[in-house]
This record gives sequence, structure tokens and C-alpha cells, in this order.
Amino acid sequence: MTTTVPTTAALALGDDALVLSHRLGEWAGHAPVLEEEVALANIALDLLGQARVLLSLVGDEDELAYLREERAFRNVQLVEQPNGDFAHTIARQLYFSTYQHLLYDRLATGDGPFAPLAAKAVKEVAYHRDHAEQWTLRLGDGTDESHERMRRACEALWRFTGEMFQPVQGLDVDGEQLRSAWLESVGEVLRRATLTLPEGPQSGAWSAGAGRQGLHTEPFGRMLAEMQHLHRSHPGASW
Amino acid sequence: MATAAAQKTDHTAPYDGDGTAATAGYERAFDAAVAADERIEPRDWMPDAYRATLVRQIAQHAHSEIIGMQPEANWITRAPSLRRKAILMAKVQDEAGHGLYLYSAAETLGTGRDELLDKLHSGRQKYSSIFNYPTLTWADVGAIGWLVDGAAITNQVPLCRCSYGPYARAMVRICKEESFHQRQGYELLLALSRGTPEQHAMAQDAVDRWWWPSLMMFGPPDDESQHSAQSMAWKIKRHSNDELRQRFVDICVPQAESLGLTLPDPDLKWNEEQGHYDFGAIDWTEFWEVLKGNGPCNEQRITQRRRAHEEGAWVREAAAAYAAKHSETGATRA
Repeated sequence: MTTTVPTTAALALGDDALVLSHRLGEWAGHAPVLEEEVALANIALDLLGQARVLLSLVGDEDELAYLREERAFRNVQLVEQPNGDFAHTIARQLYFSTYQHLLYDRLATGDGPFAPLAAKAVKEVAYHRDHAEQWTLRLGDGTDESHERMRRACEALWRFTGEMFQPVQGLDVDGEQLRSAWLESVGEVLRRATLTLPEGPQSGAWSAGAGRQGLHTEPFGRMLAEMQHLHRSHPGASW
Repeated sequence: MATAAAQKTDHTAPYDGDGTAATAGYERAFDAAVAADERIEPRDWMPDAYRATLVRQIAQHAHSEIIGMQPEANWITRAPSLRRKAILMAKVQDEAGHGLYLYSAAETLGTGRDELLDKLHSGRQKYSSIFNYPTLTWADVGAIGWLVDGAAITNQVPLCRCSYGPYARAMVRICKEESFHQRQGYELLLALSRGTPEQHAMAQDAVDRWWWPSLMMFGPPDDESQHSAQSMAWKIKRHSNDELRQRFVDICVPQAESLGLTLPDPDLKWNEEQGHYDFGAIDWTEFWEVLKGNGPCNEQRITQRRRAHEEGAWVREAAAAYAAKHSETGATRA
């Protein structure tokens, strides 16, 4: 009994985890408290672990991570967004880990090709979601400044959230159902944080599903240049 | 943990400031406990100078873990394979964790993390001079693992028997993780050494740059070390700087040979009579300059640390405000 690996879906999920892990890795040595150095690195490591499993389903993990160009990456644009301030990072994490939690929860229950991975990852992403939720509450319902920063971050990243619910070939989930569960969950956290769901569209007309099709935002190319530089400077070397 | 251990010792004598006669008694009990290799615990009486020395040493140790994240974190986003990237992230994460253990150990002596961080940021407390050197290539990550962590372990293993209980216990946990990092650093260098000629050269260059600064990690020579004698009498320290430095050289020489790399010291040779390796003179001028703040990265390291702290102020204020609001209403989650 062989299951053909749904390459498109594995790349999409693997790239999401790889890219967000990289962004979180940029926080090392810059976090607002030591406990967050540990927490952000921990989340980054979990995501990197997921990325390695997913990319290995498709081919060689290092070839895929280090030798593809920007147009070949399939991650959603949300995860490639620069860290910004801590509120930005937390808003990105809340949006994404809520999606990932709902998605892996569904994938774990089926007998599809991603069930074993999802069963393990769902525990990790439940922790990530909880971490983002706790910080959303503290920042939203903290001081006037933190409230304002959190509000701005939620607004700024909102336009990138619709992409997560676009259909992905080989991923057997109902996007609309996922979106309504996501809206309910994120809406509830924001309400408790004295914030509201942003009002604008969840994706600009120009960006519906764009990352999944290899169309990325400008900062992404620079991120890849840094990530891939050393590996590309030594073709064929092993590390 | 500390309290439970304190109850087991019979020299427990909470300080109540009731005059010199009692103090003399406490001092005798303290000296006897140290002489008997018992552990001093937070609630025990201890000489003020012992407390001050420990605060200084543990704080400096904690600061070194925190500043030490920077040279390695410098390569997280450029690590050349996903496996190496995961190892490096885990290592930098461990260092933050070690900093947390050590600040907790320092806090048992009646100081606070905020106060210690403030002293770090204002330059009133130091961190290990080694972290004022830059990581210029990927191989530096391996050299730090092998040499810098190797030197740290040589220094820290005896601290697992340090007379102050909380510090000794923190060191047991830290040394386990450090040994793991050290092996990973060695393995990274081995992969480079056996790789392409460019990779081999990269590894050799890193070892050339990190060797002498690593030897300086053991501190000034014994005759110039101001705290050594007292720390040894109190059993905070168990071996002299020069003794530990020699031990480290003896361990590293054969390791360098099996790595296929050389150590940048023409005077390094086996001394049959002594049963040790002789090695060349350390540039103590460089050491003192780095310690005074004039090393290659002193300014950069402290500026980044301060900036992270300052830019994080609004986050810490938000957490405090949220906690205050929700403890009043009883709505705080456990």
C-alpha cells in the first residue's frame, strides 16, 4: 500500500514552517525578556522540525531549502513578513498558529498522508497558539501603548490571512469551514484582549493565494539571500 | 529545593543581626561547614564578603550566557544546513536557559535579576571576555563549541562541587548541556576539516583565531589573580587559573590532532618530565585591553543587549499592567 506524496501540499506546509522558523530565529538575542528568548527559539525549533519532515517527503531537505529561488517557494505571504516589533511577531504567530492548529487537528484525525506528522505537530502548535494567545491578551489588555501596537499589528497583517484558506492541491480540508473556525477562534482571543477583528478584506485582490503560487513580497528575497548565501557559496559541500 | 537541603544541615543559622558574639558563633559554624565540604544554603549565615564574591561571580557567569548568545546567534540565519541550523538554535536557546538558572541562583543571595541586568547594562558587572571576539565565518560556530565551551566546561566542572549549594546545583545541570554542545562543536569542525579544501581552511582559520582567546578564559596568571586565594579558601574555586588552563591545553592537543587541525602555537610541545604540554606566552596586554572594554566587539555586544532591553520595555510594562489588572479581578489564569 503506497500513498503518493502530495508534493504540492507537502511543499506548501513545509515552506510555511521553514520560513516562519527562520523569522523567529532572527529574534535570538533580541527578545524583550529572557523567557521569550527561550520561548521564541522553542517555537522556531518545533517549526524547523516540521519543515524538515515535510520537505523530506518531497526530496532532499537542504536542496529544497537552500537551492530553490524565491519564485519556487510555496509558503503563504503571512509567514515571510518581517518580525517588526514584538506585537507584530505575536500577531503573525496568533494568526498562523491558530490556522496551523485547526489544520493539523483535522489532518491528524484522517488517514491521509499527513496524519502521522499532524498527530505529532498538533501538540506543538497547540503550545504555540497558547503562547500567542497569552501575549495577545497581555499586549491588548496591558498599557495604552501595548494596546495600540497590538491593534496596529493585527490590522497590518490582516490582509495576509485570507491566503491560508485557499485550496491547496493534495490537502483534503474544507477551506471555508477552516476559515469560519479560524475567525471564531481569533475573534474570541481578540475580544478578550479588548481588540476587535480588523475590518478590511482578508486578502487584497492581488494577493489571493499568491504565496502558494510563488508570488512573494519584497522582503522575502532578501531573507532567502541571507539564508542561502553560505550553502550556495560551497556547491556540493556537506556540512 | 534549596530550603529542603538547608534543613538537612545542622549549621543553619538565619542571620538576625544580634551582635558580634553571635556573629562569631555563626562564623565558626560557617568555617566548619566549609571545612567539612558541606553545602552552604541560602538561609545559612555567611560572611558578607562570601556573599558579595558569589553574587559577583554568579552574575558574571549569568551575563556571559546572555551576551554569549550573540556571537552564535549571528549565524542562525546563515547556517548552511537545516540540521546545523536546528542544533545552533537549540544551543542558543539553552544559553538563555542557563542564564535563567544562574540569575535564579544569584537571587538566592538577596539580589534581583533586574538589578543584575542593570549592572550589566551600565558596565558595572562584567561578562566573559571571550564574547568580545567576532564570529566571522561558519567555522567559528564550531570553534566556539569545541574551544570556548571546552574551556567553560574545564572551569565549570569543579564548580559542581562549589561550597554554595544553589550555584553547585545549577552547574550540574549546565555542565551536562555544555558537554553536549562541546561535542557538537567538535563534530562540526570535523565535518569541515574533512570537507572541501575551502571548508578545511575555514576550520583552520577559526581555530587560529579562537585558540588564544580561549586560553585567556581561565583568567589572569595565578600571581595576578586578585580573588583566587580567598575563593579557594571558601571552596568556591577548587583549582587555580593556571592549573585549569594547563588541564585544558593537555586535553585539546590530541583533539586537534584527531581533527586534523593545528593549534597556532610554535612553542607547543610535550614535556616528558612534567607529563604536560608546554605552551607559548599569552598576550596579557590583549587580555587586559579586552577586559577594559577595548576588544573588537565590546561596544557592539553591550549596545545590542541594552537595545533589546530598552526596546522590550513596553512589552514588560504591558505584562505587568495586565497581571495587575487581572489579579485584582481574580481573573488571572494559573
